[in-house]
Amino acid sequence: MTKPHFTPLQLLVHLAGWIPLVVLVFDLSRDNLTANPIQAIEQRTGYTALVFLALSLACTPLAFLGWKELTQRRKALGNYGFLYAALHVTVFVAVDYGFNLNAILRDVGNKQYILIGATAFLLLVPLAVTSFNYWMKRLGKNWKRLHRLVYLIAPLVVLHFFMARKGNFLSLSGDVLQPLIFAVIIGLLLLLRLSPVKRAWTRLRAQWLPPVKETSSSLNP
Amino acid sequence: MDSPFKSVPVQSSEITPKHVYLSRRDFIKAAGLLAGSMALSACAPNALEADSAPAPTAADPSIAEKTDELGDPVNSFKDITNYNNYYEFTTDKQGVAQLAKDFPTSPWDVQIGGLVKNPAKFGVEDLIKKYQPEERIYRLRCVEAWSMVIPWVGFPLWKLLQDVEPTSDARYVSFETIFAPDDMPGLKQPWYPWPYREGLRLDEAMHDLTILATGLYGGELPPQNGGGIRLVVPWKYGFKSIKAVVKIELTAEEPFALWKAIQPNEYGFYANVNPNVDHPRWSQATERRIGEIARRPTLMFNGYAEQVASLYEGMDLRINY
Repeated sequence: MTKPHFTPLQLLVHLAGWIPLVVLVFDLSRDNLTANPIQAIEQRTGYTALVFLALSLACTPLAFLGWKELTQRRKALGNYGFLYAALHVTVFVAVDYGFNLNAILRDVGNKQYILIGATAFLLLVPLAVTSFNYWMKRLGKNWKRLHRLVYLIAPLVVLHFFMARKGNFLSLSGDVLQPLIFAVIIGLLLLLRLSPVKRAWTRLRAQWLPPVKETSSSLNP
Repeated sequence: MDSPFKSVPVQSSEITPKHVYLSRRDFIKAAGLLAGSMALSACAPNALEADSAPAPTAADPSIAEKTDELGDPVNSFKDITNYNNYYEFTTDKQGVAQLAKDFPTSPWDVQIGGLVKNPAKFGVEDLIKKYQPEERIYRLRCVEAWSMVIPWVGFPLWKLLQDVEPTSDARYVSFETIFAPDDMPGLKQPWYPWPYREGLRLDEAMHDLTILATGLYGGELPPQNGGGIRLVVPWKYGFKSIKAVVKIELTAEEPFALWKAIQPNEYGFYANVNPNVDHPRWSQATERRIGEIARRPTLMFNGYAEQVASLYEGMDLRINY
C-alpha cells in the first residue's frame, strides 16, 4: 500500500482477509479440525475463497448504490479470494494427494467437480497475477476485459461447491442448502450486471438517490 | 457357507468373553469420568459418583490397543464418536455428538415385520439378552473416501431373521431410521425424503458379517453412532449401515434407499466398496484412514472379498454398483 493511512473499510477488509487463516492455524494447532483435518482444511479454505469471491462481486453493485469506496476494495477482496483458493488447491495437491500426480490426474479426469474446480482456479491465476498496478497500466482496457473472466469463474465455483456436496442440484434434494444460497447471491450479483438490468437500475437510482457523478461504466467489471 | 461362524474376521481371542462383557455393561453406566484411565474391574464400585456425568471416554480404553484382522489399529473412541455422518442431526460431522447428546436411546424398540411368519416388536435390551452381542472389529469405509476401524458390539442379523422366519416370498430386507424431528434438528431440512431408509438383499442380510450393533468400544452405542441399535454391513459403503433402526421389514421388491432415491446415478442399491467402480465425487480407488495423512488403496469389498464375493457371482458390479 502506498497510502500513508488506512481507511476504516480498508482496515476491515484486510482484517477480514487474514482472520480466517489465523483461525484455521489456531484450530489446527488445537487439533480442532475434526478427525479428518485435511478434508476440513480443504472445505474451509474453499468456502472462504467463495465468500471473498462473492464479496468482491458485491462491491460494484453496492458502489453503484452510493458506497463508492468499495470499488477501491474490490481488488483486495478478490486477492484474498485467490489466497484461499490457492491454499485450497495446495492442500489438495500437496497434502491430500501427496503430490501423487497420477492419482490427481485420474481424479481430475473422471470427477467433474474436481475438473470444474481446477478450471476455475486456473482461470483465477491470471487475474491474481495481473492484479498489480503494473499490469493494470500495461494492459489498459484489456485489463478490464481480462478481469471479466470472474463472471465465468464465479458460477464455476458455485457449481463445484454444489457438486462437492452429497445431493442433487437439479432436483434440489440432499445437502444443497448452502450451495443454493451462494448460487442465489452470485446469480443476483451477476444479473445486476446485465445491460437491461443495469439500465433499469440506473433509472431507478436517478429517481431514488441523489445524482451520482460517475457514469454507468463504474459497473465494470 | 457351511457354518455361519466361518467367516467372522475376528480372532476368537479378540471376542470379549461373555462374563467380561456382561459385567462391563453394568460398569459402563457407572464408570463415567473415571473410565478413561482406570482398569475395568477396579472402578466398578464407583457407581454413585458416576451417574450424573456423561461418559466422554471409552467404556473399555484397553480396546484402543486392538487391531483389525489385517493388523491395523482401531480408531480412537474420540474420533469414532466425534466424526459422524448423521444428517438427521446435522451435516457437520463434528457437530453431531453435541446435538445428539441428549437423544434418548433407551428404551428402544424395533418392529420387525413384512413377509415373516412371526412379526414382533423387540426392545433392544431383550435383543441383547437373547442374542448376546460380541465384539466385532470392522473397517468402515465411507463413500466420501475416509475410513475407520471400529470395535462394534453386536450380533448377527441372521439370528433375528431366523427367529421371525421370513416367508418364501421374502427377497429383501428394508430398514428404517427413527423419525423424531423434535430431537433431530436436521430432519427439518426439507431437501431429503425422510425418514432414512436402506435395504439389503436377503442373502446379504443373512451373511454372518452383517450385524445389528448395540455397542461400541465395549460400552453402549452412543446416540451419534446410531444408538439404540444400528446395522453394520462392513463390505458396503457406510451409508448402507443405517443408524437408529426402529423398523425392519422383509419384502419381495427392492426396498427404498434414501441416497439412491436422491441421486441414482451415484448411489446404487448394492453400494459395495469397490476401488474399480468410480464415484463421480470421491475417488474410490484410495481412501484416508482417519488418523493417517497419506491415502491408502481401497480394498475390494473393503477387504472382505474372501467372505462376500460369492454373493455377487455372475453379477456385473459396474452395473450393479
